[in-house]
Amino acid sequence: MCLAVPAKVIEITGNRGVVSVQGNNVKADFTMLNDVKVGDFVLIHAGFAIKKYDPEDAREILRIWDEIREKT
Amino acid sequence: MSTTERYIAEIGALARKLAPGPVRLMEVCGTHTVSIARSGIRDILPENIAMLSGPGCPVCVTPDSVIDAAIQLAARPDVIIATFGDMVKVPGTEKSLERARAEGADVRMIYSPMDGLEIARQHPDRKVVFIAAGFETTQPGNALTIERAKAEGLKNYFVIAAGKLIPPAMRALLEDKEAHIDGFLCPGHVSVIIGANAYRPIAREYGKPCVVAGFEPEEIIEGIAMLLRMLAEGKSGVEIQYKKAVDNEGNAKAREILDRVYYAGDTEWRGLGMIPKSGFLLRPEYAEFDALAHFGIELRPSRARKGCRCGEVLQGKIAPFECPLFGKGCTPEHPIGPCMVSGEGTCGAYYRYNRKKV
Repeated sequence: MCLAVPAKVIEITGNRGVVSVQGNNVKADFTMLNDVKVGDFVLIHAGFAIKKYDPEDAREILRIWDEIREKT
Repeated sequence: MSTTERYIAEIGALARKLAPGPVRLMEVCGTHTVSIARSGIRDILPENIAMLSGPGCPVCVTPDSVIDAAIQLAARPDVIIATFGDMVKVPGTEKSLERARAEGADVRMIYSPMDGLEIARQHPDRKVVFIAAGFETTQPGNALTIERAKAEGLKNYFVIAAGKLIPPAMRALLEDKEAHIDGFLCPGHVSVIIGANAYRPIAREYGKPCVVAGFEPEEIIEGIAMLLRMLAEGKSGVEIQYKKAVDNEGNAKAREILDRVYYAGDTEWRGLGMIPKSGFLLRPEYAEFDALAHFGIELRPSRARKGCRCGEVLQGKIAPFECPLFGKGCTPEHPIGPCMVSGEGTCGAYYRYNRKKV
């Protein structure tokens, strides 16, 4: 139940918005984070962003997504 | 040699140092249990190193009393039950929510608690009851949803406050003299919220090392190496393997949300019984959202399931193979205990990935 996935922030309006999980857009709530911007990478659990990744880790996530895309 | 191969070699060397052992490490989290089973990590561990599976599957530790209360509520024509997926299959004393749904009850599986709120907005003439199970990872979202319901003045959204805290359960396991645990592989996403510091009192008071690990097999192997290293050096600290998501402090904002809505009260865990201050219970300011109080339902004591040893599995006292029902009367298609039902239940994970050992 504690499954959480990395996602890229696509859109923010107030505390709510849209994130992309490997290209799939889903609604998300950002109330639990400070200073989230479009383009940031966050960890999403049950529709809530619970952690903002450092830029270096975000790049690593992007690299893995690209790798998955190439393999599938 | 890859980094993971180096860690495997180190695990071998440390195991020889710690021999004859046995060294018993517990992975607390259900997602770790599944990853360990699927990747076959147990098969490559030295003989004197055992990984025990802990009580980290929220569906599994939810007692029958809560399932029965939800089923009782589901029988009411004015109620819609909203729940995370796995919960519907757990057999209560008489039946599961899935069975209740087949008999006509309105039971809906949701992805986010916010979806439950949306159902309540769409059906002002019905009462939505969300089974708010889950650990520290899930509860801030559940709490925010309750706050939002209050802010909106929604009068038809309720929760069964079935959330649980992980550190009190770890303490309860260490207090149990039958469960011999040498160190904990701590849950990754619970720790995003509570921070690694939450385990320091446990490591200090009980002298047990704790490592917060990620969920990939390579991360778990590194986490095991870190635990064995501390044990070999006679240390009992707290270390973080899953640094990209976890720090010492955790998410303070999420914890503030938890504190506004919940207090830590005594609650029943399947297998572990009542554990003091281990449940996310609603503060008096949010009592109007308490489904059990609103509908006047009391939790009845859970009855033991004949032959099912789920309780001992959840405490790491036995492996699923030691239960006489495992793979015989109890399978994912026809589960008897919740450990077989849930996607992250220990018995389910062993059945899917390690059945050859039966």
